[in-house]
This record gives sequence, structure tokens and C-alpha cells, in this order.
Amino acid sequence: MDIHVISYLVLSTVMLFAGVYGFFTRRNLLATLISVELMLNATNIKFAGFNRYLFPGVLEGHFFSLFGIAISAAETAVAIAIMINVYRNVRNIQTDDISDLKG
Amino acid sequence: MNNLSAILFLHAELSLVLLLLIVLLADIFMGPLRRRWLHPVVCVLMVLQVILNLTPDTRELFGGMYINTPFTSIVKSILSAGTLLIFIQCGERIKRKDTEFKQGEFYLLTLSTLLGMFFMVSAGHFLIFYIGLEMASIPMACLVALDKYCHHSAEAGAKFILSSMFSSALLLYGLSLIYGTSGTMYFTDLPALLQGTPLQQFALVMFIAGMGFKMSLVPFHLWTADVYQGAPTGVTAYLSGISKGAAAVALAVILRFVFPAMREDWTLALAILSVVTITVANLMAILQKDMKRFMAFSSISQAGYILLGVLAGTTQGLASLVFYIAVYIVANVAIFAVISTIEQHTDGLTDRDSYRGLYRTNPRLTLIMTLALFSLGGIPPFAGFFSKFFIFAAAFEEGWYLVVFLALLNTIISLYYYLMVVKAMYISEPLTEDGSVAVAPLKSQGGGRLCLLICTLGICLLGVCSFFYEGLFLWASLLG
Repeated sequence: MDIHVISYLVLSTVMLFAGVYGFFTRRNLLATLISVELMLNATNIKFAGFNRYLFPGVLEGHFFSLFGIAISAAETAVAIAIMINVYRNVRNIQTDDISDLKG
Repeated sequence: MNNLSAILFLHAELSLVLLLLIVLLADIFMGPLRRRWLHPVVCVLMVLQVILNLTPDTRELFGGMYINTPFTSIVKSILSAGTLLIFIQCGERIKRKDTEFKQGEFYLLTLSTLLGMFFMVSAGHFLIFYIGLEMASIPMACLVALDKYCHHSAEAGAKFILSSMFSSALLLYGLSLIYGTSGTMYFTDLPALLQGTPLQQFALVMFIAGMGFKMSLVPFHLWTADVYQGAPTGVTAYLSGISKGAAAVALAVILRFVFPAMREDWTLALAILSVVTITVANLMAILQKDMKRFMAFSSISQAGYILLGVLAGTTQGLASLVFYIAVYIVANVAIFAVISTIEQHTDGLTDRDSYRGLYRTNPRLTLIMTLALFSLGGIPPFAGFFSKFFIFAAAFEEGWYLVVFLALLNTIISLYYYLMVVKAMYISEPLTEDGSVAVAPLKSQGGGRLCLLICTLGICLLGVCSFFYEGLFLWASLLG
């Protein structure tokens, strides 16, 4: 069965907006992080899909998604380290409890 | 390109990597007793970095992925000079007993963000640009959360890393659409392929939104005040000046050279963003009581002015943008140095009411703070007046009369809240019970003094000495 490039685009767009929705509605720092990861992976799918179907001769999109994966791993590592630090200080990672800074 | 010595054209980045390695090894192998040498050594090496890397030549490396022009080299020197100021200022703070063991980390993280900014401004391919952007923002999150046992710092770090990930996801999505519609990511090939189809317009919006987060423009500014308040004060100064400046330069260069065919789209978007940013941030700044939050909103509104230079998009616009950033860094570092000095000597007082009557106890600090605020507000003869004048002139020449007029109106509002601080320091009576000033007479140490001296000189002379901006205009015209 043929899978058209449109399928990949629909998948990645749905993933992106699911991520955006999750980012704004979730009340837990980890869940927010997972939503952002969803958005980053949506872009990786898009790069790989475009490259495979539209520009099959070159590898630029694949490289971009490889670097994207590596960078988002680094970001996740830092984000989780910071969240552990938040937990140590506040004993909680619900966003409602982390609201000392406002004005 | 077969010649391996071509890699030496990366000298600005290579010397920074060398500096990073020196700091890393020194941090690991220096005993606790010899660690006090770290700060002077880093400062001296940074001075060399600023001076030696100014080269007026245009080079392309890695098949056009990396481009160094006179313009980017002067931008890099300004960014490193700003970082040097921050280092000089933070030296005393970071050498305190409770933070002494992580001074190596502080320098390491700051230098790696600087390296990221270098790659960001001289990128010739979106991949290098993206890697540079992330290199500039991931260690920045660690810097914001550097004060490990203070839960404000941790909270600010969490907010910063999540919003920066969100923004880079948006930006990356825009880039993927650009790739899908054009099939290349090289800045030299893209202009012919980007003709403003609807998909490309959507990509442009995503790209501007992502950069708007990094520059904290108004619909995307919500993280700024919290992060600025929670981060250690030196880091806040770095974040508000150098990091924002690098993002603005990268945005200006990319919009001008990659999206020339879609000029009408992005100038309209930037004009609206700029006016909204300046207005909303000014109105919010009036309401703030905490000095660091106040400076956060002030820096958002300054980002709006910086955007006017991006909006102009001409050679003059780029040159006045860089001049604006240099002047803004100097004034901002001065204010944060004063805030940080007072914070250190009074157990973390940062609200505006504790600045009441500061003139009676600390006349010199008050004077420097006043000069810096005047410069930010744009009062002649300080540098801020000239930088605002140039940036307005650049936008005016491109026919953005209404935008410039609204920005001018906003400078009046901004004067109001800058002068409120001045009034608190000179005129207002202290609010303490016995009527004494909340901040006792204090003596700033050598590093802080040197930093304040340099900043004061910068505020007074950058505008008056015309060779500085004439040189900038000359170098910007070599941009090609």
C-alpha cells in the first residue's frame, strides 16, 4: 500500500497541536515537558517525511531531524535536572504550587 | 577548501573553545586555594578575545554553512565585551563562600552560551543557526537555576527551559515548512526559492514567533519577568543584554537576507509586534514594585525599540541596531551592577521602596544608576539618546512614520517610570519606622567598581564620540 506524503504531514500537524494543547493545559511540569517533546518530534517527522518524498536525492532533512533528536535529548536532560531541583526545594512539581514569582 | 588551515578562519569561535577548555581544566585541577586566580585569568583572556578577533574580512567555511563578515565580527566583539563586563561585575559575588565552589561552572556555562551566540550570528545554514540557538539557550537555563538552594532560582529555571523548548519547537516547525517548500536550508540558495506562498508565510510566522520568545516580544513575553526576578542578578543582566542582542542580530540578518521576497509580510508583522511590545511593556513597567521585575519590563520595551532596527532592514538599520544593542548592554549592566551591589549588602533587598533616600547614604551609586536610567530613557547627551535617534531615523527613512510616532510617544511613558526610580532615590522619604534609609552606606569592591566605571564611561562617551558609530556604519556597509 502506498503511503502519501500527506499522511505524514497530517500526523505531524496533529502531534504539534496536541503538544501545544498539552503545554497550555497540563498542570504538572513533567506532563508539560512531554507535551513539548511531542512538538519537537512532530517537526522531526516532518523533516524526515519531506526529505523522503520530495527531495529523495539529498539527506539534508534527515540530518536536521538527527540533530533535532540530539538537541531535544540535551534539553530534556537539563529540564529534568531543573525539575528535580524544583522538587527538592518545593517538594512538588505541580505548576499551581510553583507560583511564588508573580507581580 | 582542501586546505585544513581554512579552519583557522573560525578564530573567534576556536579561541572561545580554547578559553572554555582552559576554564574547565583549571576548575578541575586547581585546588581550592588557587581558585581565586580563576577570575582574573578569565577576565584577561576575555579582553584578548574581544580585541584579537576584530577582523574586517569576509570568509565562508564548510560550503557556505558558516559566514564571517566584518559586521558579524564586530557583533561578536560587542557580545564578548558585554560578557566581560558581566564577568568583572560578578567576580566578587561568585567568590563568596557559599558559591565559591561553582565559579568554574558559572564561567563555563556563560562562555558556552556565548559560543552558541557566535554560531547563531554567523550562520549560513539553518542547521548551524538552530544548533547555535540551542547552544545559547540550554546552558542559559542552567545559569538561571544556578542558585541551587534558592527555590526562586529553581522556579525561574523551570519556567525558562520549558518556554525556551516551546519556542524552539515552534521555530523548528517553521524551519521544517521552509525546507519542505524549498528543499534547501542554505541562506544563499533560499531567497530565490522563497516567493511567499501561503505555506511559506505560515513558516515565517512560526519563525518570528520562535524568535519572539527568545527576544521576549509582547505576546510571547510572559516568561520574562518571572525569570528575571528569580535568576541570580548577574545572570539577569547577561540574559537581558547579551542574549537578547544576539537574538535580535540573528533575526535581522536572516529576515533581510533569507526572506527578501517576503519583505512586505515580515515588515508588517514586525511593525505591529514592535508597537504592541513597547506599549504593553511600558504600561506594565509602571505597575512594578520590584526592581528586577521592573527592569524586566523595561527590557521588553527596549526589545520593541530594537525591533525598529530589524524593521528598517537596511544597512543603516542593521548598524543602528548594533549600536543600540551596545549602548543598551552598557546601561543595563550598570543598573544591574547597582542592584546586585545593594542586594548583596542588604540580604537581597530588591523592592523599589528600599531605594528611597538612597542618595543620602550612597550618592555615587545613585548617580551612576541615574545616568544609566537617563540613557535608557533616551535623554541627551547620554548614549541612549543617540542610539534611539539612529534607530528611529532608520525606520523613518523606510517610511514607517506611524510606528516611529507611536514609539516616540512611548519614550515619554518610559521616561515617567525611569524617573520614578530617580525620584525615589533623590526625593522620597524612606518608609522605615525610624525614618532611616533602608540601605546603609556601602562600599562596592574592586570588580564591581571597575565595571561601574567602564559602564559610566560607556554611557557618557559612546554617543558623543562619533568614531564608534561611524565605524559601525562603515563595517555594516561591508555586509554584502
